[in-house]
Amino acid sequence: MQSEYMLEMNHITKHFYGVKALSDVSLKIKPGEIHALVGENGAGKSTLMKILSGAYQKDGGQIIVNGEEAKILSPRDAKDLGLAVIYQEFMLAPDLTVAENIFIDNLAASGKFINWKDLKTKAKQQLIKLGFDDIDPGTRVGSLSVAYQQVIEICKCLTRNSRVLVLDEPTAVLTFSEIEKLFSVIQQLKNQGVSIIYISHRLEEVFELCDSVTVLKDGKYVDTVPVSTINKNDLVSMMIGREITQLFPTRDARIGKEILKVEDLKAGKSVCGVSFSIREGEIVGFSGLVGSGRTETMRALFGVDNVDSGKVTYFGEEILFKNPKQAIEHGFGLLPEDRKKQGLLLSQSIRMNTTLASMKKVKNMFDIINHKKEKAYVKELLASIATKYSSTEENANSLSGGNQQKIALAKWLAADCRCVVFDEPTRGVDVGAKTEIYKIMNTLAENGVGIIMISSEMTEIIGMCDRAVVMRHGTVAGEVDRSNLTEQSLIKFAMGV
Amino acid sequence: MPKRMMNNGVKKLLIENNTYLILLFLFIICSFLSDTFFSSMNIRNILLQQSAPILVAIGMLFVVLTGGIDLSVGSIMAVGAATTAILIRDLKIHFLLAMMISIAVGIVFGMFTGFLVAYGKFQGFVASLATMTIARGSAFVLTNGTPVKVEIGTLDNLVKKENMFPIIIIALAIVVIFALVQKFTGWGRIVIAIGSNITAVQLAGIRTKRFLLSVYAVSGALAALAGVFVAARSSTGSATVGQGQELDAIAACVIGGASLAGGRGNVIKTVAGALVLALIGNIMNLMAVPSYPQDIIKGFIIIAAVLLQIATNRSEETV
Repeated sequence: MQSEYMLEMNHITKHFYGVKALSDVSLKIKPGEIHALVGENGAGKSTLMKILSGAYQKDGGQIIVNGEEAKILSPRDAKDLGLAVIYQEFMLAPDLTVAENIFIDNLAASGKFINWKDLKTKAKQQLIKLGFDDIDPGTRVGSLSVAYQQVIEICKCLTRNSRVLVLDEPTAVLTFSEIEKLFSVIQQLKNQGVSIIYISHRLEEVFELCDSVTVLKDGKYVDTVPVSTINKNDLVSMMIGREITQLFPTRDARIGKEILKVEDLKAGKSVCGVSFSIREGEIVGFSGLVGSGRTETMRALFGVDNVDSGKVTYFGEEILFKNPKQAIEHGFGLLPEDRKKQGLLLSQSIRMNTTLASMKKVKNMFDIINHKKEKAYVKELLASIATKYSSTEENANSLSGGNQQKIALAKWLAADCRCVVFDEPTRGVDVGAKTEIYKIMNTLAENGVGIIMISSEMTEIIGMCDRAVVMRHGTVAGEVDRSNLTEQSLIKFAMGV
Repeated sequence: MPKRMMNNGVKKLLIENNTYLILLFLFIICSFLSDTFFSSMNIRNILLQQSAPILVAIGMLFVVLTGGIDLSVGSIMAVGAATTAILIRDLKIHFLLAMMISIAVGIVFGMFTGFLVAYGKFQGFVASLATMTIARGSAFVLTNGTPVKVEIGTLDNLVKKENMFPIIIIALAIVVIFALVQKFTGWGRIVIAIGSNITAVQLAGIRTKRFLLSVYAVSGALAALAGVFVAARSSTGSATVGQGQELDAIAACVIGGASLAGGRGNVIKTVAGALVLALIGNIMNLMAVPSYPQDIIKGFIIIAAVLLQIATNRSEETV
């Protein structure tokens, strides 16, 4: 029986350690349809797609592929069902050729040995079908541009007879002309009857390319509508539509003189002329899409990445920090976005983690650490920010996400910073701990510390900040002051609507 | 409930100290297997023999703690032995001065590796492989390929002087010093932190390159001193000293519970690890096991020790 839908995901639920990531989410795709999946960061888009690709298992609900209920227990099952996901990070082997990559899982299709000639011919046919006859199947994939690599990734999926293709932010890494080419490829796939699930933060693309759109929000299904019946503003309000609860503690804002002024900062490809300033006791939010250059800007200021040009004035002194050591000596701290990879020594004690950036305080001129003094100091500091732990000698990885983040934070409190960057401070932290982290930030600000908070959660920016800087494509797209802080205004700048 | 907690406490204690338990177990076994094992003569010989390997293992440990590896230590031992012997024979300088100069030469070789690792972004394995070859070659060039004999009454003063055994005392002092350095200094802490998560350490404003450089320098210094010890015992500096010693040193670290991924390891436990290897060799010698089968047995014992480490680490994670 030919069903109306190529793929149906009905009432999908998924929990992670008791936290609901998806509840009752549905998605239905017709054959040959380009279907957009949109929502804020953390809305559940990637979780849903990971369930489809077999990377995660659903806890409840039903997946129907071409009229038949499907059990997807592994990525292999998904492949056999003709479901393919192309992630932002390509799954290509850069040192193999185009042909080898396209047929990577089935190199010796017709026997024990690889027929190289046959392989190349078949690869060439596939490339021509997509309109890329200029790619030589014998080229090393690593030498191709990102856009071409993406084409190879698509070819790879097509040779497996994929009927549903998921593209996760495919244009994030492409230039405008490359995007046009990608769109024509997608149109061709549509004509061949392939269904496309298109995930993108760029709403203009949704309107240009897609037939219908499903909106998710906070792990819940909002609605599915044909693109032709709505406009951008409708879509944005579908994506937001949330009330801000009393998650954010109140603060007595006493904003003083300017402490940090950045003018036309350029660093690498992601920071292309950023200007902003921070004042004493001010919390400034940095909003924008993933990849808009917020983290990179702060890393450059902190002296981790090289600065190409620009002027930075810090407490009246013109200075570019050469390395983090110099930044910290000047009281400039950075709480990195990935606490496990960049912030903590997970396999070491809480004590060691807490004093890592301020060891000077607990050691003498002969480099000898006073353990007793250190323990007392760490205990006092952690108590002041209500960290729950059983012993300072416990390893950091025995703590919950929220408490881990507090340890990472305590490191900067111990270092007596006058200006601190918080990069996604509440990511992966439960609601209770979130409020506590906000309280710590407020206390710091009340003591005159200037705070930069990078966050992809707009509610957080609105609830916490005196002002928000919105970045887009490596530059400042706009600034919004407290009285005008709304999700609407932030999204407008972030997406260039 | 309290009983269970106590059981857990005891279990944890046993797990954390398994290297010592292995050593104790071996010691008891050896005492039973051979009458001569527990004689003061035999124990003294073990300590005299092991002074050098223990130093090398401690140097290796600090490199391993950062997540690196130093394959050059055996060759640097040869350079240390050759340098000392030549200085004493040809320049007639005091053996203590010769020892100091040898240590300095060891530091230079170690820093060469360290520089490649820290500033040239070489992997420790590759950089120290190069240094290993260079150092061994240098030792042969220095000695012209023939062992350098020194006069009795000079270098052998390090081994026995008026019923004292200076190299055992020096080795013991170095063990104590580095155990304290690891536990109480900022340097010891940063070295272990680098092995746990070098990115986090860099972002905490610590200039990790200097520390990487320093661990290889320490390893080179201790290896050179170990080479001097070996030369002292035979009053001869030979370019073949220390062959394969790097592997015994790595084995000692691993038996002592160090992780080759970095971030975990302990000086005293590494010494215990070196002694475990020594006891295995010693008892097989006393029982007249031929040397080639000895190696086979030693290999399997290393595997057993590491399996034990892996098993105990797993249970640690699930606690």
